[in-house]
Amino acid sequence: MKLIVNGQTVEAQAGETLLTVLKREGINVPTLCHMEGMLPSGACRICVVEVEGQNNLIPSCSFPAAEGMKIQTNSPRVINARKTVVELLLGSHPDDCLYCAKQPTCDLNRLSRDYGVTSRRFPVAKKKKPLDISSPSISRDPDKCILCGKCVRVCEEVQSVACIDFVKRGSDSFIGCAFDSSLNVSSCVNCGQCINVCPTGALMEKSDIQTVTEAMADKNKYVVVQHAPSISVSLAEEFGLAAGTDVNGVMTAAFRKMGFKAVFDTSFAADLTIMEEASELAHRIKTGGVLPMMTSCSPGWIKFVETFYPELLPNLSTCKSPQQMLGAMIKTYYAKNQGLNPGKLFSVSVMPCTAKKFEVTRPEMGREGNPDIDAVLTTRELAQMLRIHGIDLKTLSPEEPDMPFGDRSTAGKLFGASGGVMEAALRTAHFLLTGKELGALKVEAVRGQAGIKEARLKIGALEVGVAAVSGLGNARKLAEEIKNGRKDLHFIEVMTCPGGCINGGGQPFARNKAAIVERMRALYTIDATEKLRTSHGNKAVQSLYKDFLGKPLGEKSHHLLHTKYTKRKASDVA
Amino acid sequence: MAQNNGVIEHNLAGIPASARKAFLTRAFGSEEFAAKAAQLRRENPARPVIYVGAGTCGLAAGAAKTLEAVRKYLKDNGLDADVLEVGCIGYCAAEPLLDVQLPGQARLSFQRAAGDVTPALLDSVFKDKAPLKDHVLGQFEDGGKKWPKVPLFSEHPFFSKQLRYVLKHVGIVDPLSIQEHIARGGYGAFLKVIHTMTPAQACDAVEASGLRGRGGGGFPTGKKWKIALSSDADQKYIICNADEGDPGAFMDRSVIEGDPHRVLEGIAIGAYAIHASKAYIYIRAEYPLAIKNLKKAIAEAKAYGLLGENVYGSGFDLDVIIKMGAGAFVCGEETALMNSIEGRRGMPKPRPPYPAVKGLFGKPTVINNVETFANVPEIMSQGPAAFAAIGTKGSKGTKVFALSGKVNRTGLVEIPMGTTLREIVFDIGGGIENGLAFKAVQIGGPSGGCIPQSHMDIQVDYESLKTVGAMMGSGGLVVMDEKTCMVDVAKFFMDFIKKESCGKCIPCREGTLRMLEILKAITRHRRGEKDADALARFSGIINLENLSQVIRETSLCGLGQTAPNPVLSTLRWFRDEYEAHIFERKCPAGACTEMLEFTIDADKCKGCTLCAKGCPTQAIVGKPKVPHYIIAEKCISCGSCRTVCKFKAVNAA
Repeated sequence: MKLIVNGQTVEAQAGETLLTVLKREGINVPTLCHMEGMLPSGACRICVVEVEGQNNLIPSCSFPAAEGMKIQTNSPRVINARKTVVELLLGSHPDDCLYCAKQPTCDLNRLSRDYGVTSRRFPVAKKKKPLDISSPSISRDPDKCILCGKCVRVCEEVQSVACIDFVKRGSDSFIGCAFDSSLNVSSCVNCGQCINVCPTGALMEKSDIQTVTEAMADKNKYVVVQHAPSISVSLAEEFGLAAGTDVNGVMTAAFRKMGFKAVFDTSFAADLTIMEEASELAHRIKTGGVLPMMTSCSPGWIKFVETFYPELLPNLSTCKSPQQMLGAMIKTYYAKNQGLNPGKLFSVSVMPCTAKKFEVTRPEMGREGNPDIDAVLTTRELAQMLRIHGIDLKTLSPEEPDMPFGDRSTAGKLFGASGGVMEAALRTAHFLLTGKELGALKVEAVRGQAGIKEARLKIGALEVGVAAVSGLGNARKLAEEIKNGRKDLHFIEVMTCPGGCINGGGQPFARNKAAIVERMRALYTIDATEKLRTSHGNKAVQSLYKDFLGKPLGEKSHHLLHTKYTKRKASDVA
Repeated sequence: MAQNNGVIEHNLAGIPASARKAFLTRAFGSEEFAAKAAQLRRENPARPVIYVGAGTCGLAAGAAKTLEAVRKYLKDNGLDADVLEVGCIGYCAAEPLLDVQLPGQARLSFQRAAGDVTPALLDSVFKDKAPLKDHVLGQFEDGGKKWPKVPLFSEHPFFSKQLRYVLKHVGIVDPLSIQEHIARGGYGAFLKVIHTMTPAQACDAVEASGLRGRGGGGFPTGKKWKIALSSDADQKYIICNADEGDPGAFMDRSVIEGDPHRVLEGIAIGAYAIHASKAYIYIRAEYPLAIKNLKKAIAEAKAYGLLGENVYGSGFDLDVIIKMGAGAFVCGEETALMNSIEGRRGMPKPRPPYPAVKGLFGKPTVINNVETFANVPEIMSQGPAAFAAIGTKGSKGTKVFALSGKVNRTGLVEIPMGTTLREIVFDIGGGIENGLAFKAVQIGGPSGGCIPQSHMDIQVDYESLKTVGAMMGSGGLVVMDEKTCMVDVAKFFMDFIKKESCGKCIPCREGTLRMLEILKAITRHRRGEKDADALARFSGIINLENLSQVIRETSLCGLGQTAPNPVLSTLRWFRDEYEAHIFERKCPAGACTEMLEFTIDADKCKGCTLCAKGCPTQAIVGKPKVPHYIIAEKCISCGSCRTVCKFKAVNAA
């Protein structure tokens, strides 16, 4: 069909919204509540356009294109309406943009600049709700909230957690937990997807930069750092580089420049995890243990199971996450080797994830009152630290990470994308069970952005059913199937965030979904181009077993690398 | 009378003999129903019948005490009589209402029948046989020998210009008796439709009648049904919107309380016409009596085989579910209402998709309000042409209004479309209270507008009302006298809308807050006003119309899109009042007390000190027995001194 946009004829398909058509035509209609790939909510009214024959202005996000429609996207009436809406929002928004961490990427700030708002048209109507900094992962500033509802939708519709919703009505409304409780006593799983969709600074990660800076300045502290598999392929975006650029080497150099005594790669611990997890799977299959086994690397998922599906706790792998495995190795094996008092070791991890900040506070994640990880920084916080330290990635030469936790396989690196743990585990499980490598190693069926990916494959005589799901809404669907008696699956990988860690709640604010795809593609490229592609092939891991751990699922492993879970109520303090 | 039996015959004429037999036997015990039906209609009761108007309004006026007094009277005097609690006949100003029907005599109606006067009223009937003149409202036209010197009920000015179509049985019948309803022709139209018409024919009939939605927008009902009928789906829903929320509106409540079966029958016909097997009645929990009556009605209709599976062998199934709402005004909006039924927060969704295509639980859904459904059985029984003969060219049938405000006779009135506002306010309503002058009438609730004296001869129909910036709305009619300030009225409605905005879309959530602030600033006193406040006040006034326009043009749902209407319509007709507030700093009506300057007339003041004691800001000085004085700078114009003064010594101007 044909439409006339600002006097020019454009093509459109039936069922498309005006927003889709206009975007394709290169007309950028601003939105505050629109979410790619989800049904329009129609809340913000910023995307209005003028349609001939309609009395009112029309929200382009929800209105379907129709043959012969005449649209004005830039008439004075449209511009006045959009500007007034922005001014109305600013009327009840704090004026402290100079002190707001979201300022450079704030949508409200950008719109106010774009539409030429130069003074306050409406007097201040401060809401004055207190900050909520109760959660170890997420801090909320209700005064900065413009009630676009995106966090509510992502929490309910994508993650099926629904721990926040609108409370009260009209201009009194705010986003809150049940009974207006704070986030730490809610069903929040700390995933931080709400932060990623928030257009303003109302939702941010709880910053640990101060803690890390102080530890690094403390002469009595020996500060080491580990970085998760997905960090090296997402950090670049914070510095204006193309999405999917791998900055692994220079990032290692940057860590050293900032003063970290040792730089370890969490992907090494991913390989270690695979050794334990694949052995556990093989053991469960051989001994008739609880199946399907479900992965345990994603701390949001763990809290989700503990809160919503306690009956599935036996299905969870007892393996700690790679972060916690490496944390335990650093404070035991590494400390012993280096002759360091574990109490003096300050272990930092850089994660794509806000839930990791919660995971390190779990009482079982340490020994003798000393946590295995002392502080977690998100990718965004790392970028900020680099800026504070004035480090320009472009001027650095790539460096190698520190041993003994520096070498990794590409299987460990794949942990950063949904399906990666599955692929790595299958490669090793196949080897453990049959003594032979898994064909071409690549398991295409568990790759890509789909929310639920399933495959059936042969390991020797055994046919195994596997699934990789990402996004807790998808996990819930599968969990329901399992609860209702589905029996054909042996192993399920669950990532809390849609697409996996590359889209974690601590990652750089992606401009669009394509950026996430690029990050994923970068991980696949690494797997396609490097030689060491299996966790069991990682010599550093093998020597760790030889020197210290013994064998997978052995006595030491049991104490250091495995954990247990407990049923929790939504109101239990996180 | 016999005519009622005729209606039953007429409705059941074409339905299969087996269904007819089963239905009549269930309702009356046998196919020979004439005598039993007449008895159920109390055409010639064997013993006295006493009716008490015990709708919510009647109960509020003291009907419970009246009932108690009636029962005690009957016991004390050893009298045998049926006591019935009926709905509200509409004349709320005259409540409590008490009717007495003696065997062989016309039904008598008494007004202001409070508990304490009830024995005297009953004495006047049972003992003196001369009804108390001061309380007698009138007697019914049929039903036996007339009382001497008692006017006809239908000739009472409140009723004479009304055409009771939807309200036909409200206040007359026992709302809880399905048998009585059937005896008056009830459910006949429903059986006729499901046995003799296809769904498409039913839609056609409603479309031909010209019936339009009575909930506000006035969308043609038949057309809406047709869209839903043509939407293909395994499940469809029909919803009765009983979430009446306009300030001053109580039409739907009264209809449900007084005649729940009529509403149910309308819903059932609608469900058949669109192929829906599930109906929801969304009603606010603040209507406990209506809910109670509805529940009883649904249970009885089920027991009589009129709801449930395979209704009288027609193959039609219908389940009716009551869903109670928490009383949010926005839940009257279709998509918000459906969200609420789905168990979500009552917030609207963008349209399209329209509910008739994709509604409740994603299925095609028709939503009509109570009054719309209550019109349907009669249309189906008498035929669309009879309905279309009532009213004006574009607006057919009648409309029920809740007449309230500064009018002598407040209550529920039903008039044919095309009646003028003047007739409603002055003939039916009896003009303005206390001899004051008329100023305006507010129609259509918070989404509607105010109509001034100069347009009182406008005919009530959907289109005419729009020409003067108002709308039909659901039927609230609030009359205002000369002491009403129109800026204050706009402020009242804005405050209502601000509180009832759901908070989803920005223009409505933030904009209504701002409009209210601007109106508050206009009506506030200026003593000690800081320069910045004055500037803010003026910039607000400049913004008011632009803001109204943006809110109207960009809001998500009807609530927001019509939110500025009270301001726009008062600005249109009463701009001078706004200007007086802004430029002269005066409220011409004297209603915005904050703007008044209070002074004490030294000649009248006796120095009683009462005013000084009550002044919240200690602005009144003076010794006892010496005239007092108000310090203007301290006075906040609350008016408490004027209220307490026994010597009328406090002036305000």
